Amino acid sequence: MTQVNTLVITGYGTNCEVECAHAAKISGADRVEIKHFSDLISGDTSLTDFNFLILPGGFLDGDDLGAAQAAANRWRHAKTEQGEPLLDQLKTFFTNGGIIFGICNGFQLLVKLGLLPAIDELYFERQVSLSHNDSARYEDRWVHLAANAKSPCVFTKGVETLYIPVRHGEGKIIAKDEATLAALQENNLIALQYIDPESGEVTQEYPMNPNGSPLGIAGLTDPSGRILGMMPHPEAYNHPTNHPSWTAGKTAELGTVLIKNGIDYLKSL
Amino acid sequence: MLRRIEAGLREGVVDTQGIKTANKIREALGFDVKEVRQVKVFTVDGLTEEQLATVVREAALHDPVLQDAALSPVSSQADWVLEVGFRPGVTDNEGRTARETIAIVLELEDRESVSVYVADQYHIYGDFSEDAIASIGRDVLANELIQRFEYKSKADWQKEPGFAAVAARVSGQANDEVVNLPFSTMSDDELMAFSRENTLALSLEELHTIRDYYANPDVVVERVKTGLSAEPSDAEVEVLAQTWSEHCKHKIFASKIDYTDTETGENEVIDSLYKTYVMGSTKTIRENKGKEDFCRSVFKDNAGVIDFNETHDVCIKVETHNSPSALDPYGGALTGIVGVNRDPMGTGIGADLVCNTNVFCFASPFHKGELPPRLLHPRRVLEGVREGVEHGGNKSGVPTVNGSIVFEERYLGKPLVYCGTVGMIPKVVAGKPGYEKAAKVGDTIVMVGGRIGKDGIHGATFSSEELHEESPATAVQIGDPITQRKAYDFIMRARNKGLYNAITDNGAGGLSSSVGEMAEDTNGCRLDLSKAPLKYDGLRPWEILLSEAQERMTLAVPADKLEEFMALAERMDVEASALGEFTDSGYFHVTYGDKPVAFLSMDFLHDGVPQMQLKAVWERPEHKDESVTVADAEQGNLLKSMLARLNICSKEYVVRQYDHEVKGGSVIKPMVGVKCDGPSDAGVVRPILDSDSGIVLSHGINPTLSDYDSYWMMANVIDEAVRNAVAVGGDVDFMSGVDNFCWCDPVQSEKTPDGHYKLAQLVRANKALADFCTAYGVPCISGKDSMKNDYTGGGVKISIPPTVLFSVMGVVKDVNKTTTSDFKQDGDKIYVLGATARELAGSEVAEELGISAAAFPKVDAESALARYRAVHKAIGAGAINACHDCSDGGLGVALAEMALAGRTGALINLDAVPVTEEMNATEVLYSESASRLVVSVPEDKVEAFEEIFAGQAYGCLGEVTGDEQFVIASGATVLVADNCESLAQSFKGTLKF
Repeated sequence: MTQVNTLVITGYGTNCEVECAHAAKISGADRVEIKHFSDLISGDTSLTDFNFLILPGGFLDGDDLGAAQAAANRWRHAKTEQGEPLLDQLKTFFTNGGIIFGICNGFQLLVKLGLLPAIDELYFERQVSLSHNDSARYEDRWVHLAANAKSPCVFTKGVETLYIPVRHGEGKIIAKDEATLAALQENNLIALQYIDPESGEVTQEYPMNPNGSPLGIAGLTDPSGRILGMMPHPEAYNHPTNHPSWTAGKTAELGTVLIKNGIDYLKSL
Repeated sequence: MLRRIEAGLREGVVDTQGIKTANKIREALGFDVKEVRQVKVFTVDGLTEEQLATVVREAALHDPVLQDAALSPVSSQADWVLEVGFRPGVTDNEGRTARETIAIVLELEDRESVSVYVADQYHIYGDFSEDAIASIGRDVLANELIQRFEYKSKADWQKEPGFAAVAARVSGQANDEVVNLPFSTMSDDELMAFSRENTLALSLEELHTIRDYYANPDVVVERVKTGLSAEPSDAEVEVLAQTWSEHCKHKIFASKIDYTDTETGENEVIDSLYKTYVMGSTKTIRENKGKEDFCRSVFKDNAGVIDFNETHDVCIKVETHNSPSALDPYGGALTGIVGVNRDPMGTGIGADLVCNTNVFCFASPFHKGELPPRLLHPRRVLEGVREGVEHGGNKSGVPTVNGSIVFEERYLGKPLVYCGTVGMIPKVVAGKPGYEKAAKVGDTIVMVGGRIGKDGIHGATFSSEELHEESPATAVQIGDPITQRKAYDFIMRARNKGLYNAITDNGAGGLSSSVGEMAEDTNGCRLDLSKAPLKYDGLRPWEILLSEAQERMTLAVPADKLEEFMALAERMDVEASALGEFTDSGYFHVTYGDKPVAFLSMDFLHDGVPQMQLKAVWERPEHKDESVTVADAEQGNLLKSMLARLNICSKEYVVRQYDHEVKGGSVIKPMVGVKCDGPSDAGVVRPILDSDSGIVLSHGINPTLSDYDSYWMMANVIDEAVRNAVAVGGDVDFMSGVDNFCWCDPVQSEKTPDGHYKLAQLVRANKALADFCTAYGVPCISGKDSMKNDYTGGGVKISIPPTVLFSVMGVVKDVNKTTTSDFKQDGDKIYVLGATARELAGSEVAEELGISAAAFPKVDAESALARYRAVHKAIGAGAINACHDCSDGGLGVALAEMALAGRTGALINLDAVPVTEEMNATEVLYSESASRLVVSVPEDKVEAFEEIFAGQAYGCLGEVTGDEQFVIASGATVLVADNCESLAQSFKGTLKF
């Protein structure tokens, strides 16, 4: 069984690192570490010592210039003190079979780095972006999601629906053109979608679809299925009392199941 | 050379922010705006043409999927183009990020060689006059205190598109000028004029005390040795003014008060309200609790600390940021929240941040009529404050778990913005108790975080005055949550490695205050201002010393850890500067390089301020007692009007825009019920994710009662805060309190002819604080006061109603034993706990019906305490399915909120409500008697429940029904019969912005 070594990256405005690490811990990861971006630069930490990378939510650089825009540039141009481009490390990590999970601001980072959706395996090319919600507001509310059973995503395997919170102002997918949007569908790169819980159907209706994202897109995967990025926060539903109606006895599958699936996937290798 | 990079959305991309802006203009001014398209403008200095081209080509500053960027203006068919940028020296967060990003993309070694200034350009479609477009700029899009705007008509834009590049740069030369002030020869009038002109807020007595200090020959001898003159330097006077300000020294709370109660004819002298009542009651409570005392550190640090569990303590601080929020609601509130975050960060050896609470007091956002000069419309204040706290809280990654908004017309004069933060400290940090700290002689003074600018100079003294037409713009600052977050990440790591001995934040008074306070540990310091990093040149030494520029912490770093400390800071991209050292010289000694700037005896600095002598006279105000009559047939409509009232209606519009779940420990959220739209009584969080222990956070506030008797205002506020915490399952025996007084000036003067009465109100509130905190066993562990919440201008004076926010932080052992207010289960029995009296003064219904009432709610602490303990027991035993406090709007509103939150009807028999006197239905429904709760009890637990409450006042009013019909009857008369959804719509309609 493969040892699962999870690395949670923080720094420059990331703020969900603790609950992400906790989710990995309770989901069976063998080792979980929270490291600051500067630890990658100093060389104290190398991505290649890990096989599960979590990019948590937050406000990298305060969302100035657009969510994760500045951080994407930082990742793209950073070199370790030993002179190795950080992007090379990331590429090696991925080529070695590592899995990557970006949540909210982490998803925005993956999209802006071009790691998602990587249609035609064109990694590191920005094909879509995440822009302001139709409401033009940041909002914290719980939403219902359905996983796309046809997607290659290793994190959503066996998951049908989820009920977890969104907490963002820039979560609406904008594709660079119509063909890109069509390709997301054709290649089953849409991993998670906002649904109407009554009908179970994908919805564009606010607030069930909280940002107006086309095709109800809440999360995307890449052609390998080893990268997942999503706007809602699965790690925020890590305990029964996180559920908004738990006092009325309501319960659902914990959002941390996605992280558990990633860990189980690695263990199964 | 200055160049502009302009980035607009690509064709076909919907401009959601432009739509929002258009709506804002329509709502604020009623203009028929057809469309707004927004463009981001980066004015860049310090790059070559080739570098600029690279920035655009590499999409450093824009998103090529969404935007097009160019070094030329966008073409536009808009009727007007209006551009808003910052004035020089105002914090420009986006500009900072843009500069860093450019440096990264161009791989520049020196970020400082580049400057970026960000502006927003609005392309506005619609048929407007030039006056109208100027109004859009002035009244909606820009705050001229901190921003400038310019505009061009379509014709002008077609002729010559774009605006000239402007750098919002502060130009100045490095400056080490220290001016000596001839206090010894100044007349009283001259001294007072000097104090006024320099916003020092020093009284004549204080000025004399300062003058006398310098006249002392011993002082002169010591001063001459350091190279200073016998007269005070500008920096010294500024330091004293700041340290002795009402804001920092709480002189009114520390004063000697001659208090006369004309009702009883009694007279007494109170030597410090603070020591007598606030500290005094906490001391008594701690003694009473004996071994059960959970206080760790109270009143001496930036936040009060109590016990949490085996591994951690928790702390809390609540601040106000009223004056800055009045001038610039966004910046003021943003700074308020990121500022109060630094209090726990600087408590003990440094706390992790857990959650925030925010309470605002505004005039009605629907206010009509002329505004006095300098005041902003309450809707604009609300929006600005809401957004400031949104950005401050969300970007800092601290959940906002509790709060409220109070609306009252007198807050037009000054809005109140209360911001509070809870932190958590490990019991042991690097082998030492986490809640303690002390600088040691020889430790280096290190400043960490942001840089120093002119921002916030005189904040402490400015907030010690009323707001007037000439209030200084420099008192306003804009916070930078990301710079602070970076510093926080660094400090937590340095803390865990044991790299420093003490830490405090830079708030009011800046370095002067933070270093001055820490120097009390060692009895002295030597500070070199020339080593302080500045945002721009041109600050004089006293300005560096007093600047309240944000995002800075001051630490005491021991010599053997300094190198590691500085290296870690550099690695984590955080600016840290060694500015001097802590000494035991007995002096607060400041230099600029070798040049002496200030040399003040520590004793004089901290204890030299003379005690104020004040007079207070209590005379009970008269209020008519009118009868309340509402026809039975009107009761249904009255309930809906009550639910829609500003002080009762849903605040979901604000709540949703605050992250209340980050950190993953959310247990009881601000909105509850099946559709998450019912009001919650208190917030509960689980700060340690692998533990089920929780923190309960609640508050009470009720300014209208101050118009009747501030003693009972305070009693009700404490009762409400405790009751809210009890309603979610809190344990009254494990609760601590925080008192935040916001008063109108209570010092008798020409400006304040009713000062004796206002001070008597303050005395009475303090007496109640001591009485009720002691009765409940809830110790105050921290607090703050803000005493000058008045406005004068345009011949008008507006004083806020005396307002106390009482916050409660409690500990629950098991979060699984908490609950919410929504009805959950058909067949549950509904009980009201506590009796109802005819107490309508200050109530929402009296206001709604426009009647005057005389009897206000009183608190019987003994019966209330027994009830609160019983509720805690019953919730723990699973005998309560829903619990809600009765406060604004009384029983009628509480019941309706529980039904609408659960979308589950109820059948209520009003005749079963235990009452203390004869009352009609309206009075029973809407009286605001204290200490009452409504609960629903599962049928099979009724017996157990009633046993727990045996001997107490309660009534079984009916039951939860499954049919969504909410019915209140009295005898055979149905008073209210409505659908839960319809009640919810009334509750949610008012602030549906």
